[in-house]
Amino acid sequence: MNSNQFDLAIIGAGPAGMSAASTAAKQGLKVLLLDEQPRPGGQIYRNIGSPALKDRQILGPDYYYGEKLLTAFSGAGVTYLHGATVWEVTTDNILYVSVKGESRRFEFNKLLIATGAQERPSPFPGWTLPGVMTCGAAQILLKTSGLTPPGPIVIAGSGPLLLLISCQLIRAGIKIDAILDTTPGKNYRSALPEFLGALKGWRFVLKGMRMLSEIRKAGIQQLSGVTGLSADQDESGNLSAVTYYDNKGHQQTLSCSSLLVHQGVIPNSQLTRSLGLAHVWDEVQKCWKPELNKWGQSSHPDILVAGDSAGIGGALAAELQGKLAVFEIVRQRDAGSATSGNNEIEQEKAIQELQQQLVIRPFLDRLYSPAEEFMSPPDETIVCRCEEVTAGEIRSLANDGCRGPNQTKAFCRAGMGPCQGRQCGTTVSSLLASELKASPAQVGYYNIRAPIKPLTLGELATIGNADSNC
Amino acid sequence: MPTDSRFNRLPVSEKGLVSICIEGQTITALEGESVAAAVLQAGVRPSRTTPVTDSGRAPFCMMGVCFDCLMEIDGKPNTQACMTEVRDGMVVNIQRGARQVLGDDL
Ligand code: FES
Repeated sequence: MNSNQFDLAIIGAGPAGMSAASTAAKQGLKVLLLDEQPRPGGQIYRNIGSPALKDRQILGPDYYYGEKLLTAFSGAGVTYLHGATVWEVTTDNILYVSVKGESRRFEFNKLLIATGAQERPSPFPGWTLPGVMTCGAAQILLKTSGLTPPGPIVIAGSGPLLLLISCQLIRAGIKIDAILDTTPGKNYRSALPEFLGALKGWRFVLKGMRMLSEIRKAGIQQLSGVTGLSADQDESGNLSAVTYYDNKGHQQTLSCSSLLVHQGVIPNSQLTRSLGLAHVWDEVQKCWKPELNKWGQSSHPDILVAGDSAGIGGALAAELQGKLAVFEIVRQRDAGSATSGNNEIEQEKAIQELQQQLVIRPFLDRLYSPAEEFMSPPDETIVCRCEEVTAGEIRSLANDGCRGPNQTKAFCRAGMGPCQGRQCGTTVSSLLASELKASPAQVGYYNIRAPIKPLTLGELATIGNADSNC
Repeated sequence: MPTDSRFNRLPVSEKGLVSICIEGQTITALEGESVAAAVLQAGVRPSRTTPVTDSGRAPFCMMGVCFDCLMEIDGKPNTQACMTEVRDGMVVNIQRGARQVLGDDL
């Protein structure tokens, strides 16, 4: 096997990728781990090898748990390339990656996609203004730089991360001016039947309650049932205030310098899409995800998916899924030989732990299902941040006869900018679905084609000498 | 009316420091952090204007997904500031509208 060939290539060095890499190396596989970031950890354990903050209380033990994964993977003898942007994977087991402006080509027997999640694009009027950023972004700034946003700070949206970043800022001594909770009241009713099931995952429930009480104790103004969110700008075009309706239907305005928004996370499906793998619309999580068997095997025999890119399950689930995918790869390799079956006990244990991890999901998914106004925003709202296409334009294209996102793309360029639909894909599908009285599953998604990240011709040109050693 | 758009630094662990120049202003950044983080700390808002309507934008996702952090970094236009690490002596400028099309950096 030459230096560009690997038994297993893994894309993404978050919990799924790191745990898969160390498990696979232990099983004797020759492993290549590629990650876009400069350091391993993914977003959840971002910068875990050199955390910025002096005070470990701020991010808490769930973050520093990642150190364990990092240590296991660092000693495992895996070929790890950081700052490596995969821009194409072909169905005949070749991948192309750009590292420091040069393209490289690798061959693999099996591929594990562990590209994680992204925050759900949650368009509302003014969400493009400088000063508005996602809660995830604020958290990344804490992890990598120890930076906190300038006040007054308002946090708006729905989901566990909203509570988490609030608690982390509180622990850092930062004043939060208001938390605007957009979780629709009806979600509490639809989540209620799942609550008993959720109690089996009592640790998560307890964690949630602790966060809520931490926020309450800090005396932050917390409003539930907020609707009609919009961000206002000053004369220089930056964020100046947030306007919303409170749960009594009164319009309110709060002046702010930072608005942190969040509406949950969805699988990062750019790569799985570009490979033409089968995807399904998850009506509860309101997102697309690749169609997989219980081991993470996709519709392509050599491609598996683990972690949040396989469907949202959180960091601990991702770690277990990474492991399970590798056990499946090893089982296939050893099928029929005398060594098969060695991992059965460990595999069984991982399956049980995974079930335990996922027991809270039905409750969380229903409780934090995004409000309709973020799936189908008001007409004046920009939905495609790159090409500045509004919800109104998409609606009128639907009324003019467009039947799917690839058609609207051709007419209004939504999805054709540098982010390649990452920030508008889900919204455009949902908008078309509601306009055409169909489901997003019927309307479909953008066709994603390589290169899945913008590439300069210079980088492409280096592909000729790409067969270099690592 | 909020005026200061600078992000604030909490006490951080021992790290190297680098000097970079953002829009003509020299600032100190932490070794290993992203250009986007340094730009936010410097309070440069917006960090780009859009090609379509010339409206201001700033880093939004910090994880390489939204492409709203595009800046001109060491002369290279439309570079994702959240995916680029600071380096001593780096020169960073606001990306204004679409890139200039020049022969050597297609
Ligand atoms: S801030 Fe979103 S890509 Fe850089």
